[in-house]
Amino acid sequence: MPDKNGKFGGFGGRFVPETVMPALIELEERYELLKNDTSFQEELHFYLQEYAGRPTTLYFAKNLTAHYGRGKIYLKREDLLHTGAHKINNAIGQALLARRMGKKKIVAETGAGQHGVACATVAALFGLECRVYMGKEDIERQALNVFRMRLLGTEVIPVTSGTGTLKDATSEAIRYWVTNVEDTHYIIGSVVGPHPYPMIVRDFQKIIGEEVKAQVMKCNIEKLKYIVACVGGGSNAMGMFFSFRNDKEIIKIGVEAAGKGITTNEHAASLTKGRPGVLHGAFSYLLQDDDGQIIEPYSISAGLDYPGVGPEHSFFRDNGIVEYKAVTDEEALEAFKRLARIEGIIPALESSHALAYLEEIMPKTQVDETVIVCLSGRGDKDVDMAIKVMGGL
Amino acid sequence: MSNLSAKLQGLKESGRKGLIVYLTAGYPDYATTLETVLAMEAEGADVIEIGIPFSDPIADGPVIQHAATLALKAGATTAKSIELVAQIRKTSSIPLVVMTYVNSILGYGKEKFIADFVKAGIDGLIVPDLPLEEAGLLEDICTRQGIPLIGLIAPTSTVDRIKCIAQKAEGFLYCVSNTGVTGGQHNNYDQIGAVIETARQVSQIPMAIGFGIGNSQGASAAAHYADAVIVGSAILEKLTNEGVAGVRSLVRSIRETLDGESE
Repeated sequence: MPDKNGKFGGFGGRFVPETVMPALIELEERYELLKNDTSFQEELHFYLQEYAGRPTTLYFAKNLTAHYGRGKIYLKREDLLHTGAHKINNAIGQALLARRMGKKKIVAETGAGQHGVACATVAALFGLECRVYMGKEDIERQALNVFRMRLLGTEVIPVTSGTGTLKDATSEAIRYWVTNVEDTHYIIGSVVGPHPYPMIVRDFQKIIGEEVKAQVMKCNIEKLKYIVACVGGGSNAMGMFFSFRNDKEIIKIGVEAAGKGITTNEHAASLTKGRPGVLHGAFSYLLQDDDGQIIEPYSISAGLDYPGVGPEHSFFRDNGIVEYKAVTDEEALEAFKRLARIEGIIPALESSHALAYLEEIMPKTQVDETVIVCLSGRGDKDVDMAIKVMGGL
Repeated sequence: MSNLSAKLQGLKESGRKGLIVYLTAGYPDYATTLETVLAMEAEGADVIEIGIPFSDPIADGPVIQHAATLALKAGATTAKSIELVAQIRKTSSIPLVVMTYVNSILGYGKEKFIADFVKAGIDGLIVPDLPLEEAGLLEDICTRQGIPLIGLIAPTSTVDRIKCIAQKAEGFLYCVSNTGVTGGQHNNYDQIGAVIETARQVSQIPMAIGFGIGNSQGASAAAHYADAVIVGSAILEKLTNEGVAGVRSLVRSIRETLDGESE
């Protein structure tokens, strides 16, 4: 748990204008009450189960296991959820929170568009007015998701300020929230931002790991050796790792986007190559220059293309609770193709980063050991991008 | 008493309203910033706020964001902004306050950032993304260096927060006129006026209203509630569209209006 100022061992906090401080304090107070409110939890559980499709399966990837010929590989199938990714877990939770707080409007940012679609979906479901800020560049590379959001009745606002990507969309969403804080709830899409957001998003995502824990028991998995998840802001990874944070014998690996390589300037590996600083209200690892200017990240995957990372991941990194690695675009694309061909599952490019790291760890596993990968989303949204870079197959 | 406090207290005692003006350092280049600062002083500005450009300024509207982006593209750095302050100090003793975001300070090194700017001649520091709860990050350094860390209050601040921030305030209290970001036009100051009234119950410090004051009319409306007004985006817009001469005439007209209101 973070301390009273929202710090995870020094990371996190609330570095925001005074204008939103009272709203953050109110949000924290309301959330603390609702967290232990049975009717809220029942409502959340109902929508997660009946609307979103939880629990998701822990699928034994027999073919992929045979491909490596070592340990067993299981996939946590968040890609099977309504809207196609784990983002819906948080969107449902926060929309219910907004409704209980009497806020009729929601605002969100989105990179790949998965969080935007999840918010647009719950806004339609619960009759909330929704605005989603999205970088101009992302709007071009994620046309499908932009259309989905608009179809769901959400206003998608292109962001051209700064570099026109996720970090700028986040800044714009925060600015909108600062201006309309009285009637609007901001649904941040990852375990980032000012306290209490990293904690709230983690709490709504930790169901992933909780289910895995129960499924591991049910499937009689004895030697769980590795848990792997991709990390942009880090919400699916946090959801996956949180329940296992005290299980020292299980190696948790967060995989960042190395883009064109971590020795180049074109990557999004904030935990691997960044240093701590403040962006979007939290103190955490960041890609920045010597003057503290934020460096524009790069990844083929829009959902990992973020220069910061959730503060609790920074805490996990510095305390050796989770190991953070990075894989390149090329490695991710190989994994994207591999899972499609071998298992008949097209993964999101984000999740493909986690899958790509199997190349590194599988040769080190024994046949009786198990590896679980969080398949955070499905890859339909990435097909246009894949056509561009992979060409005809 | 610091240069800044002395200036604002002096104005307050003589019944004049203060005029604080903002410029982004290095926009469009450092020579222009220097020239504009001196011109604004000549036209009667009381305090200059120097904005150190940051890549992701969440409290700023489009005008200041754009100026920061262009300044950075043109090669603005913290070291050059420190040099700018030293240049201004060669010919001017006007109180200078640096405004920037937490990460500009952390990126350069917080001790070094404040020490270097103080050595160059600044009189105060404003960090819009450093609320009360996080102020401990810089408070001690500012105290050691002898400059105030300017507190901010907003229309959404609760009574407890207003009092707490006002009690700690040094230099002046930055009163944010509206919920939102810098820039735009805003002529209703009733809400922040009520906040200021609460702050005055616990503090005698000069109160300055900023955000959205773009012309004489706005300045006059805001001055009704405060000891000083802060003008930023409008200055940069003038600089972009009409150059230093445009800034001169804007500052002059606001100055005249404020003096007309002072008793």
